[in-house]
Amino acid sequence: MTSIGTGYDLSNSVFSPDGRNFQVEYAVKAVENGGTAIGIRCKGGVVLAVEKIITSKLLKPGANKRIATVDRHVGIVSSGLVPDGRHFVSRARDEASSWRGTYKGPIPISALANRLGGYVQAYTLYSSVRPFGVTSIVGGWDSEAELAVDGQVGTGPKSGAGGKVEGAKVGGPGLFMIEPSGLYWGYYGAATGKGRQAAKAELEKLDLSAEKLSLHDGVKEAARIIYVAHEDSKDKEFELEMTWISSLDGPTQGRHEEVPRELLDEAEKAARRALEGDDEEDEGARGSGEQMEE
Amino acid sequence: MIGHGTTGMLGEDGIHVDMNHLKSGEVKNLDVSERRLFGLLSHSQQPLTSTSMAINFKDGVILGADSRTTTGAYIANRVTDKLTQVHDTIWCCRSGSAADTQAVADIVSYHLNMYGVTNNESPTTQVAASLFQELCYENKNQLSAGIIIAGYDPRHGGQVYSIPLGGSLHKQSFAIGGSGSTYIYGYTDAHWRENMTEQEGIDFVRSALQEAIKWDGSSGGVIRLVVLTKRGAVRHLYLPDNGYTGPGATN
Amino acid sequence: MNHFPEAWGRPRDDVYGAYNSTYLQTSGPKAHTTSPAVTGTSVLGVKFKGGVVLATDNLASYGSLARFTDVKRLRVFGGKAVVGFGGDVSDMQYIDRLLESIDIRENYSSHGNMLNAKNLHTYLAKVFYKRRSEFNPLWNHILVAGFDADDQPFLSSADLLGTTFSSPHLATGFGAHLAVPILRRKFPDERGIETISREEAIEALKECLKVLFYRDARSLDKYSIAVITQEGIDLREDEQIEGQSWAFAETIRGYGSQTS
Repeated sequence: MTSIGTGYDLSNSVFSPDGRNFQVEYAVKAVENGGTAIGIRCKGGVVLAVEKIITSKLLKPGANKRIATVDRHVGIVSSGLVPDGRHFVSRARDEASSWRGTYKGPIPISALANRLGGYVQAYTLYSSVRPFGVTSIVGGWDSEAELAVDGQVGTGPKSGAGGKVEGAKVGGPGLFMIEPSGLYWGYYGAATGKGRQAAKAELEKLDLSAEKLSLHDGVKEAARIIYVAHEDSKDKEFELEMTWISSLDGPTQGRHEEVPRELLDEAEKAARRALEGDDEEDEGARGSGEQMEE
Repeated sequence: MIGHGTTGMLGEDGIHVDMNHLKSGEVKNLDVSERRLFGLLSHSQQPLTSTSMAINFKDGVILGADSRTTTGAYIANRVTDKLTQVHDTIWCCRSGSAADTQAVADIVSYHLNMYGVTNNESPTTQVAASLFQELCYENKNQLSAGIIIAGYDPRHGGQVYSIPLGGSLHKQSFAIGGSGSTYIYGYTDAHWRENMTEQEGIDFVRSALQEAIKWDGSSGGVIRLVVLTKRGAVRHLYLPDNGYTGPGATN
Repeated sequence: MNHFPEAWGRPRDDVYGAYNSTYLQTSGPKAHTTSPAVTGTSVLGVKFKGGVVLATDNLASYGSLARFTDVKRLRVFGGKAVVGFGGDVSDMQYIDRLLESIDIRENYSSHGNMLNAKNLHTYLAKVFYKRRSEFNPLWNHILVAGFDADDQPFLSSADLLGTTFSSPHLATGFGAHLAVPILRRKFPDERGIETISREEAIEALKECLKVLFYRDARSLDKYSIAVITQEGIDLREDEQIEGQSWAFAETIRGYGSQTS
């Protein structure tokens, strides 16, 4: 980093002459060392997965969760400084609860991402604070059903509301990634952390924009992608943590939940098998390539 | 000279509380006739609006109200418009204190417009009903407001919500409110049908309001309607001098 | 006998004399939070072997006006407990949302919502007491039903002052006068809840609802009933009181000596 020692990297509220905020760029460095986290937007829901590096044999397996629930229908996973991620989640919960306080219903994923983006961005403006050392993936499901007002009494006409436009698509999956600068985009597939390059390459192969990948296949792919992304840091052990949010008629009924143990084991097994298969194929390909040489 | 002393009492603790004065926001000392003219009357004599209703029908919702505003027995306004727009296709019927309900509707209208621009999506009737309820419930001490909210959105179709005095929220297939509504509980219950056509719905609302106007001294004047469907809002007007037969749709 | 929600929490006239209203200012702010507007009447509850039944009618009154006839006053908490609300409906909705926010918060942990009916009752009683101490009471009388930490059936009441009671059978409002004597006769203390079957408990509540419909001028013949067992909650919200007895009216003629 050429900027080191120039003085422009010491404070958050100071730009460098070429228009960069170095504190934010250093925060991105913190993210680049974190365990890989991904999110996949599938046909019937969203899958979140994280590679949890085991830093000590004394940690209890399965404890110390890294993916958090916000309201009932949103999950957040972050990569980078874990305490920063926890604070981010706490703010997300406050935003969701304040939305409920005013509008008596669940916050749309896009509105939550917008508010969180604004919150993170504010930490890039002042010299008294440092930016968030996390990039967070926010995944959720906006209910496709008619919404009731929280605490509703009374039901309206038995025949239902008049003049509804039938077949109009409402609700659905939402997936956003928020960076330390406060920048956020909506994604079909999102990846951050150490193995993000490999993970992104794998996500691009899935043709997610066709919106055809089923939630169950999404779970399998997510597990496999975390295993692929782990290839570069094979010396460290890791645990795969995975959650999902399905449509109302799906397995989680619109709620953010942990992927059931059985399915998680199955997905991990398949992921390991796929990796071993890849290795063999690679070797095979090399072998045949040599044969082809003249 | 600040105008307290004519209403309100000195409490035991010597603190002077005169809600009517506070609510009027008036700083001049007015005599009684001036007070009447400016509508700065004691709580029980504040302008009270009288009969309003809203119904679900096949394609959306219809709101209706009479046009009488009274202060005691005097008709302060004989052509009042009690149907208030708070968003494109979300309207409300105000009954109770005119000042209170106007203030509440203005606040909700502001919030709904903000919701529309910040979320790039029109607010639903639920959102409007929630905002109305929050204001009516949290400020129940200060307000006398009975509000019916009716709205149309493509996702949920037409919906009717009622917020009576205490600030509870009730989803209903049709709602009636205001002092004149007590005279038409029987009529509306007996004649109500779900899934009426637009014309049937208009006739239902008009004849119910006609009945309320007939029996309730605090209701009267013209009948105003608003029909809310996917095509937007259409106002109707029916006049007493032709037996509430027309002119009908006015925009 | 004064069971109306408007009179809840006030000193009894027959003991303390009528309230001297000259202490009140005749003008000035009107305090709606010290009188309810839209109200629900009785809540009934009975424990049986392995669970609890709770019932309310579906009416919300506005004074003597039967204003809303589709108000469901039994509210489920976390799929394990049920709260039955009497009194002000706007405060019921406030508490319902409060319970929703608690359920959401509890589910942030991977254990899910661990609060049982007993925890919930303790919490709500404290909420009621706090609010009455702020001179801004939540105008409700509630029953909480479910299970305690030892998985025993749990049934307790809490009112707008934060007062609590617990008993194998309970009723609020008019039900405290009319239903409790019936339930005491059917299920005397000596019996113990182990001898009461689910069906017997449901039948008893239906009988009480019928008597209340006969004698409570703020009641309705449409009701909700919830059966809470370890297997889950069976909530029915659109029930109709059946087997009413009116035909004997034919034998009643005049008001004394008249016979024709």
